[in-house]
Order: sequence, then C-alpha cells, then structure tokens
Amino acid sequence: MLYRETGQFRTSYAADQAIFPLRQDRIGLAAIALVAALAVPLLADDFFINTIMIPFLIFALASIGLNLLTGYAGLLSLGTGAFMGVGAYACYKLTTFFPEVNVLLLILLSGFFSAGIGFVFGLPSLRIKGFYLAVATLAAQFFLDWCFNRIGWLYNYNASGAIEVPTREAFGIVLTGPTATPLARYMAVLALVVLMTWLASNLVRGRIGRSWMMVRDMDIAAELMGIRLLRTKLLAFAVSSFYCGVAGAMMVFLWLGAAEASSFGINVSFQVLFMVIIGGLGSLLGSFMGAAFIWILPIVIRAVPATLGLDIGAATVEHVSFMLVGGLIIFILIAEPHGFARLWQVAKQKMRTWPFPY
Amino acid sequence: MSATSASPILEVNNIEVVYDHVILVLKGVSLTVPEGGIVALLGANGAGKTTTLKAVSNLLGAERGEVTKGSILLGGDEVQSLDPNELVRRGCIQVMEGRHCFGHLTVEENLLTGAFTRKDGAAAIRADLEMVYGYFPRLRERRRSLAGYTSGGEQQMCAIGRALMARPRVILLDEPSMGLAPQLVEEIFEIVAQLNRESGVSLLLAEQNTNIALRYATYGYILENGRVVLDGDAASLGSNEDVKEFYLGMSSSGRRSFRDIKSYKRRKRWL
Repeated sequence: MLYRETGQFRTSYAADQAIFPLRQDRIGLAAIALVAALAVPLLADDFFINTIMIPFLIFALASIGLNLLTGYAGLLSLGTGAFMGVGAYACYKLTTFFPEVNVLLLILLSGFFSAGIGFVFGLPSLRIKGFYLAVATLAAQFFLDWCFNRIGWLYNYNASGAIEVPTREAFGIVLTGPTATPLARYMAVLALVVLMTWLASNLVRGRIGRSWMMVRDMDIAAELMGIRLLRTKLLAFAVSSFYCGVAGAMMVFLWLGAAEASSFGINVSFQVLFMVIIGGLGSLLGSFMGAAFIWILPIVIRAVPATLGLDIGAATVEHVSFMLVGGLIIFILIAEPHGFARLWQVAKQKMRTWPFPY
Repeated sequence: MSATSASPILEVNNIEVVYDHVILVLKGVSLTVPEGGIVALLGANGAGKTTTLKAVSNLLGAERGEVTKGSILLGGDEVQSLDPNELVRRGCIQVMEGRHCFGHLTVEENLLTGAFTRKDGAAAIRADLEMVYGYFPRLRERRRSLAGYTSGGEQQMCAIGRALMARPRVILLDEPSMGLAPQLVEEIFEIVAQLNRESGVSLLLAEQNTNIALRYATYGYILENGRVVLDGDAASLGSNEDVKEFYLGMSSSGRRSFRDIKSYKRRKRWL
C-alpha cells in the first residue's frame, strides 16, 4: 500500500516531534485543508454551508472541548450545553458593551467567561469521580439553564427572552447578523476551528496533556509523580469550558443568529457527549469524526426519500432517521467500542503491514 | 511431545494469538497438561505465559485479542469458542494474576462465590468450604474480614480457594508468587502441591520464579517471544545448562564478572 514509513528518516529532534511525521499524513491533511478552504466555498451552495459545514465544525469544536475533559483528563461532564451557553451569552453581552470591537476577538474572549464558570463547577472534581461527577456537572447544566432564563440582564431584558445577534463585522467584512453571507461565516468558523484544533493538539501532546492523561489513567499514581491533582483537573475544566464557550458563541453568532436558554439544554450536552464517545475518547480526530457522524448522518437520511422521489411524511422521516441513527450508534459501538478514532488507527496499522496480516 | 502416558486433560495445539488484529503475540504454542499433573509454563516478562492462559480460558476478547489458529481441547472437546463461564462449568478455572478477590465481600463470601456454578446442594458446598479451610488454615482465621483488607498472601490463598470451590478439573494458576514474600511463596506452593496430590486436580502454572516452579511441577515448557523453545520434565529442565544459565542464574563456570561480557553471553541454543 501507499501508507508506509519506509524511507522516511527523521534526522532532527524537530522532525521527530512533528505532529505528522509521515509524508502521507501531511499530504492527506493538506488535501483536507484545500477542500475545506477552497473547494467548499467555490463549489458548495448556501444550504450545504449553512446546514452541514458550519454546524459540523462548531460541534466538532465543542466535542474537542468535551474530549479534552472526558477523553484526556477522564472527568465526565454533562454540562457541555450550559458551558456553550455561557460563551454565547458572554459574547452577546460583550458585543453589547463593545460594538466596535472585532467580533472574532469577542468570540474568543467569551471563552474566558465560560472557562471561569467551568473552573468553579470543576471544584467538586477533586472529591468526586465518575458518575457522581457527572451528576455534579448536571447541576451546573440546570443551574446555568435557569440563569439564562431568569436573569434578564443576560438577554438585555428582551421581551422574548431570546438573544438576537446584531450586525457586527471583523476586518471590514460583515460576519454576524442577518446581512452576513454564509460564506463569510463559514470562513470565520473554519479559521477559528483550525486555530483552536491546532492549539489543542499541541496542548495534549505536551506537558499539560500528559499530566491530564496521567490523571485519567491513575490519579493516585499521578499524584505520586508530583502532579497537583486539583490544579490539573481545574485546568482541564477551564480549558474544556473555554473550547465549549467559543463553540457556543460561534453557534449563536455565526450559525443560528438567535438563541434562547433552551438552545443550550441538556440535549446539546448529550449530543456532544455522543459525538465524543462515538468518535473516540482521547482523540481530536475522533471529535471531528463523531461530530460528522452525529450531525451529518441524520441530514443525509432525511434527504434520502426526497431524492428518491418517495412521498413520506416529514414526521415519519424524522422518526425513521432517529431509529436508524440510534441503531447505527449501537452497532458501531458494539463493533468498535473505542469509536471511529480506534477504527482509523487499526486501519492505518493494517495499511502499514499490508500485504501481511501483522 | 506428550508429557506423560496419562491421558491429557488439557491440550493446546499450535495456537496463534493476535491482539488488536495486528499484533502477533503467540506464534504457535502447543502444550499438554496430563490428568493430575502440574505443568509449569516458564519464561521472562512478555514471553506470552499469561496470554496462553487467557487463550485457554477465553478471556482474550476483553483485551481485543483473539485466537486465530490452532485448537484447545479440554478433556478431548474443543473449547476455544466457549464462553469463560461455560469453561468454568466444564471444570477449567483460572486464578488470575493479581488475585482479583472481591474486595467488598468477606473471605468466606469470596470462597462461596466460587461455588456459584455448583448444583449439588448446600451440604456439599459446606463440606468443600471445610476442605478449603483445611488446606488454608489462615483463611479460617480471617473468614469474617473483608477480602480487601487481608494481606497479599491471604488474598492469593483466597483466590486459589475460591477456584477450588468450583470443583475444577484443571486450574490455570497465573503467577501465584507475585508480590509475595519467599516464605509465603513456599507455603502456597506447598499447599498447591498437596492439593494436587490429594484431590487430583491438574494445574497449569505460569510462573516467573523458575526455581520454585520446577521444584513442584512435573513437566515444564519454556516460552520465549511467543514460542515454546524448550520442554521436558521438570528434572531434566532443571539440569539443562541453558535453563540454568538463563533462568536460574547458575553458570557451569561459576560466577563471572560482567566485564567478560562475551563469555557471559552464552549463545542461546534454541534460537
């Protein structure tokens, strides 16, 4: 097969530490980057960009956020939706106060508010683990949900209780609000997601990521190696919430255009958790694959009857799609309990040793 | 290469084990456990001892491994496709490395869990419990304490006793000496040998401690890199020059300095 490391020698430490040491990986990544940055904007229509690409990237970023916490640091969280909401509402307030500032900067800044909230709700993680921690973060979910509903200041005392994104621009281009083109929003989302994925991949490969994985694999042993548990876990909560917050802000500002408290309910938390689990815990690539599976598959399934010219009621299609996706999730997790990322890893290993089985 | 003339209770024929679809761990291991024998499976870390035992008791699935070739016969029947719980019903029980007692059950409750598959009534189980206490008097003393709070040696005894409660025909014993004081290892091996003599249960024993394993076993297999490189009855293995040098730390020419690295590195005959 083509996927071989034969003949690719690393002669410096820098080459040895490269994220993609294999030439084939670099070529593949470059191809994906080209498709995402050139082919999609040139070829795709607004529907494709608006309903598939933008939400896919945003959910992928939220999955990365949760994956940092659950997959890398081993802390289960059900508060993802709420942390995304914190980012969205923070961005909304920021843009109310500073309408002139570059909106991309505000989106990134709002992540810090989310990180702060995540930090606070991460405090119990030192004492409680596993399912109990999930329940504690569930409390965060309900509490923050309540805040989004009841604290009028957060939505500027809007009569409808919803936040509506005003028209804002960055670098002279209108990015948010009703007049923003899908293409501009897509490019903004793509840039932010690529930037933050790159940051995350460096984070998890470095000292911090290793300390998270130590805590995940055995927290007592990690402590014996000199890891400060509380600090490490809180950092994981903060960074994870930062990612979720930015994803939430992007979701409202660059995708939906308007949101209310129910947009950040427990359903979103579960959806992101499914993406992480089916993609693969502890894998950034898995976050993308999980997000693609959970977000894009139902859309494809829903589009099938219309393409085939079948006359089936929308409600029936919706139900069938739910059943199909649910069944597929169970099937895939039985076939490969560690998600798509593991599947991809095994496939790569197979390609390396091909034509020999091992 | 049959071990003795006695009919084999367990036969492993040329099995190959692959982990994760891509990592070949066992490259054709064959061994035979005669009825009522103690067979030792020896070798360094990572040689494949535990994998062999897990292949026999069909536990590899949990670790993403599978037996891709060969067959495993228990009392003449092919068993490699049977579930571990079915193997227990057929009398093949593994005592896992690291003991794995149920920490929140008392020692006696732990022993009783071993009788889970038995259908022959409370009186018989009671009698077997007494038998286990007879072999391991220490367990009787600790019968009411939680297994999680007993010492390593007591937990090992508890694990072996628990296996006995199922009335097994063959016990797969994985590293019973792990983490135990030499004296205690001696004690446990003594009891195991006694048990084998008196109740006739066969044992397949994976062990690092070559010295003590060869002392109690009747037959031995030496594994290296997933292959059986040498087998023979315990006495002949124990007197084999290579085994002496590589596994027992004895050299025919006495102690040598590490400076004489060349002469120290005796060529492995079987490689």
